[in-house]
Amino acid sequence: MRNPLSMKPLARAAAVIAALGITTIVLAATGAPPFAAYANIARGAAGSWTMAADVVVAWVPLLLVTSGLLMTFTVGLWNIGIEGQITLGAVFATWALRSCQGAALSPELAIAFAFVAGMAGGALWAMLVGALKTFGGVNEIFGGLGLNYVATAINIWLIFGPWKRPGVASMSGTLPFDKKFWLPTLSEQSRLAPIAVALALAAIIVVFILLRGTRFGLRLKATGKNARAAFLLGVPTWQYMMASFAICGALAGIAGAVQVTAVYHRLIPSISSGYGYLGLMVGMLVNFSAALAAPVALFFAALNVGSIQLPIVLKLDSALSGVIQGTIVLFVILGEGLRSRLAARRKGGAV
Amino acid sequence: MSFELIVIGLAGVLASAGPVVFASIGETVSERAGVTNLSMNGMILLSAMGSFAVALATKSIVLGFLAGAAIGAAVSAIVALSSITLKQSQVAVGFVLALLCRDLSYFLGNPIMGLPGPRLTTAPLPLLKDIPVLGQLFFNQDPMTYLSFALIALAWLYVNKTRPGLVLRGLGERPAAAHARGANVAGLRYLYTIAGGAIAGLAGPMYSLSIKAGWKGTITGLDGIGWIALAITIFGGWSPIRAALGAYLFALLQWLGLVLQSSLPGIPSQVLQVAPFPLMILTLLFVNLGNAEWVDSLLARLPEGPRRVVARILRAMNAKPPAALGTPFEKD
Repeated sequence: MRNPLSMKPLARAAAVIAALGITTIVLAATGAPPFAAYANIARGAAGSWTMAADVVVAWVPLLLVTSGLLMTFTVGLWNIGIEGQITLGAVFATWALRSCQGAALSPELAIAFAFVAGMAGGALWAMLVGALKTFGGVNEIFGGLGLNYVATAINIWLIFGPWKRPGVASMSGTLPFDKKFWLPTLSEQSRLAPIAVALALAAIIVVFILLRGTRFGLRLKATGKNARAAFLLGVPTWQYMMASFAICGALAGIAGAVQVTAVYHRLIPSISSGYGYLGLMVGMLVNFSAALAAPVALFFAALNVGSIQLPIVLKLDSALSGVIQGTIVLFVILGEGLRSRLAARRKGGAV
Repeated sequence: MSFELIVIGLAGVLASAGPVVFASIGETVSERAGVTNLSMNGMILLSAMGSFAVALATKSIVLGFLAGAAIGAAVSAIVALSSITLKQSQVAVGFVLALLCRDLSYFLGNPIMGLPGPRLTTAPLPLLKDIPVLGQLFFNQDPMTYLSFALIALAWLYVNKTRPGLVLRGLGERPAAAHARGANVAGLRYLYTIAGGAIAGLAGPMYSLSIKAGWKGTITGLDGIGWIALAITIFGGWSPIRAALGAYLFALLQWLGLVLQSSLPGIPSQVLQVAPFPLMILTLLFVNLGNAEWVDSLLARLPEGPRRVVARILRAMNAKPPAALGTPFEKD
């Protein structure tokens, strides 16, 4: 008899192949050359050192939010408010750097202050979702979603109001910071900051260890599996939910701070760039396990960066990367359901 | 602002709430059967794009609307398959579809972006339209807006006053009891999820063929409507009439935002556009406050008179979801 567990990776691979088959059909149906499109994405992601570096630049915030989301997923929460948490992290980091502009503070300390502020901003926004859920009974999906839009409004209000460029405010964001406040990057033109990469890797390693080998992680898992049973066994469940929100928000806040200090060097209207929602997809795709998060996030980042040139070269909308990512996740979910249904039927037949 | 302008504005509010009425009543039907269809936001975008493309190609508005309903039904069928047959998380599949359908609509809609297309025209009802004020408000609209008025009454009657409606409520509250009484729980859940999706799918063409005619990709301004509709379903306490009231309240606030914008030039328009969202959180908070323990203990400390008043308000606002919402049904 075959162990259904050993089928898991096989079923996942089959689901990914089926998903690519569907997107190929969709592409062909629209009259676009599918393989030219894939080749264009591959070239756009790995065609040169600059492009590969851009993939890593996109990978950093994605891996940071995915690490955080693994915490909230483990405790059974859908932290859709993650986009707003990135935004608030960016806003707080910008505030920190702005208040350091004239101060007699070394640039290193100022940047560190910006990251701490970003963490605080993200954690604050996440705990607001947690408080709404715990004390107000507002489902975290809707609380988070609403706060995402509020965060966007705060961000835009700051860019067009108190923090507007001298002269005329514009969608291009605030005035760039002093060069000394930029997170050091590989070279003058590069946006790839080794410190940011190190932070992202540290985040996923810490989350992996937390969930794997600590009492805290075990209790989080217990809460996620059955909150009532965990509570009866003495786990302070709502405090654990709040803690996972806070950690996730803090990591999202770091992602926001990275975007502000290393990538854009200013606050822009769409600072979260959809990385939060993409992180939720990565989390679902790796089935909430930390070990696979880094490579899968890298693949998704490559799809995003690779599709940027689609409109110019093939006159295709760059939303194609989202179509591919969404189809893969959808098929993995459907495939998982099919596999467990077949496994259950086989078991039922054997009895 | 003159009285006439206000009446015209309110008539516009009734029309612009139409799609949200369809979306939140469709979702109410699905959730009453026990299935949360979280894909709403992407589904509306995809049906808006798809119905505009069909209407453009066939030059038929009717076919456009039918395509919108078909797209809604098809997306909901995936939700039904995944959650009823394959017993996967409804939140997971709904969220993925919300994002996937959105990107799919931007990707597939690229070639028809900004093209001029057919548009639903108003159909004033003879005689009725001449009634002062009421005529302007209710009888000088387009056919889909009339249908949205009818839908509220029909959905309420169906859910609350008919036998199949009773079974529908049973599916979401006590599926085991419905099964024991001979109802095909899985089959009926499929039916109501897909039917709810078809109703909600009409919201798409109501935008792209009427209120915001055309397809403009990411700047169409429809992204977010589906999430609002989902929140309004909860605000509506899973009742079609309260859901519709929520939709009108939302449209009224949006209109007030537009009116206020001219008198408050200091606030960027993007800020006023998101005003409904914090309001959505607040309303959800009010709807749920009656369920919280600490509110009960706080209430107990109030003197008799105010306590009764507050308790009555909370009870009136309070809403509880169908007991079996989101859980797969196992017959054994």
